Amino acid sequence: MEILFFGQLADMVGKPSWQTDTVQDTDALKARLEATFKGLQQVKYMIAVNKKMVQTNTTLSCTDSIALMPPFSGG
Amino acid sequence: MKTMKNLPASYQRYQRQTLLPGFGDAGQFKLLAGSVLVIGAGGLGCPVLQYLAAAGVGTIGIVDHDVVSLSNLHRQVLYGMDDIGNPKAPIAANRLRAINPELNFHVYQEYMTPLNIIHIIKDYDVIVDGTDNFTTRYLINDACVLLSKPLVFGAISRFEGQVAVFNVPSGKEGHCIHYRDLFPHPPQDGEVTNCAESGVLGVLPGIIGAWMANEVIKLLAGLGKTLSGSLLTYNALTNDTMQWQLQKREDSDALVPPTVAALHKKDYAWECGVPSTDLEIDSASFEEMLKEKNVALIDVRELHETPLLKRWEHMQIPLSELMESQREFIAENIVFICQSGKRSITAANWAKQKYKDKKFYSVKGGVEGLKA
Repeated sequence: MEILFFGQLADMVGKPSWQTDTVQDTDALKARLEATFKGLQQVKYMIAVNKKMVQTNTTLSCTDSIALMPPFSGG
Repeated sequence: MKTMKNLPASYQRYQRQTLLPGFGDAGQFKLLAGSVLVIGAGGLGCPVLQYLAAAGVGTIGIVDHDVVSLSNLHRQVLYGMDDIGNPKAPIAANRLRAINPELNFHVYQEYMTPLNIIHIIKDYDVIVDGTDNFTTRYLINDACVLLSKPLVFGAISRFEGQVAVFNVPSGKEGHCIHYRDLFPHPPQDGEVTNCAESGVLGVLPGIIGAWMANEVIKLLAGLGKTLSGSLLTYNALTNDTMQWQLQKREDSDALVPPTVAALHKKDYAWECGVPSTDLEIDSASFEEMLKEKNVALIDVRELHETPLLKRWEHMQIPLSELMESQREFIAENIVFICQSGKRSITAANWAKQKYKDKKFYSVKGGVEGLKA
């Protein structure tokens, strides 16, 4: 599955997107992401699955498009 | 019947938009009767203000405490060379008056604080957040939630932008979604870099600001579909736009102070972890300190950032890497430096907690401050 990184998160992980084997749900995905890219443990972001923000653990399938969005402060 | 034709000058001025199906004279009268407060007259605020004034929003408030600097001019298009050093809000009002003298302008040359915000925003129909820091963004969000004010939000980061409309009922349930539904708690200071630190393409706030102005106009005139309940993102490098569907969190409303009195007492700088500055040293003390033995200088900027520190021996450890790793410091005194002094003070405060036996400092104003 493909994960898209927005804003500073792309700098932090060094790429705008990342391919990984399918994970069961968003909690497992979060754990894998934060183990692979340790910087993500320190920052706030929201997870969207198929352009819909998720807040509770959500089951994933291999066709889902996943994105991580951080807050932006600039004006 | 009230029509634009009874007002010859206005008729001509707004004729191209009153022609629009669904807008008409009625839409124009709604704009003229409307009032909008734009907080921050910078990169986002300038285009928002220009388009709202041009479109004929009857009352426009402008909040900004800052003065114009040369580094503003590549994106803050209301200002010119003669304005450098002068306060933004009154200059912006004068430029807008030249575009459309029919409107009422109110200038607030001050910082938004928990004590003044309610008084300033309470009489406006729509609030626009074009500020550049989380302390003010969360304060504006909470005040707008308390007063149920529609809030048009915009924010940028390098080549990317976000736009949203908060506190307007959306979806089947009619939930009023706000910023704390996206990000319940503010990032800690230094976690997200600002334009001064990470740069911004000048045209980007122009694009995002125009998008924000469009949302304001739709809200006031009752046109089309607004971004309430969703977040629009734009990438200037790829032209990718995405509209994200937002959700109401169970806990988000409880994070907003329940009353005006509670808002008055809330310390937003503390919530955003704006660090204590007692570890800061100025450029003179910095030069003196580096002459001593047992002092190490650490540049906590990302490796690609310039200008490089050629004059002093130093190590490069980006802030994110520093805070992740376990390392031993050999020197007794460690001085952190970054571009503007924001990340380095975060580093110093963090290191002070973690390594109790060493002394940590941050160079005030960062590399930018040393050039002067």
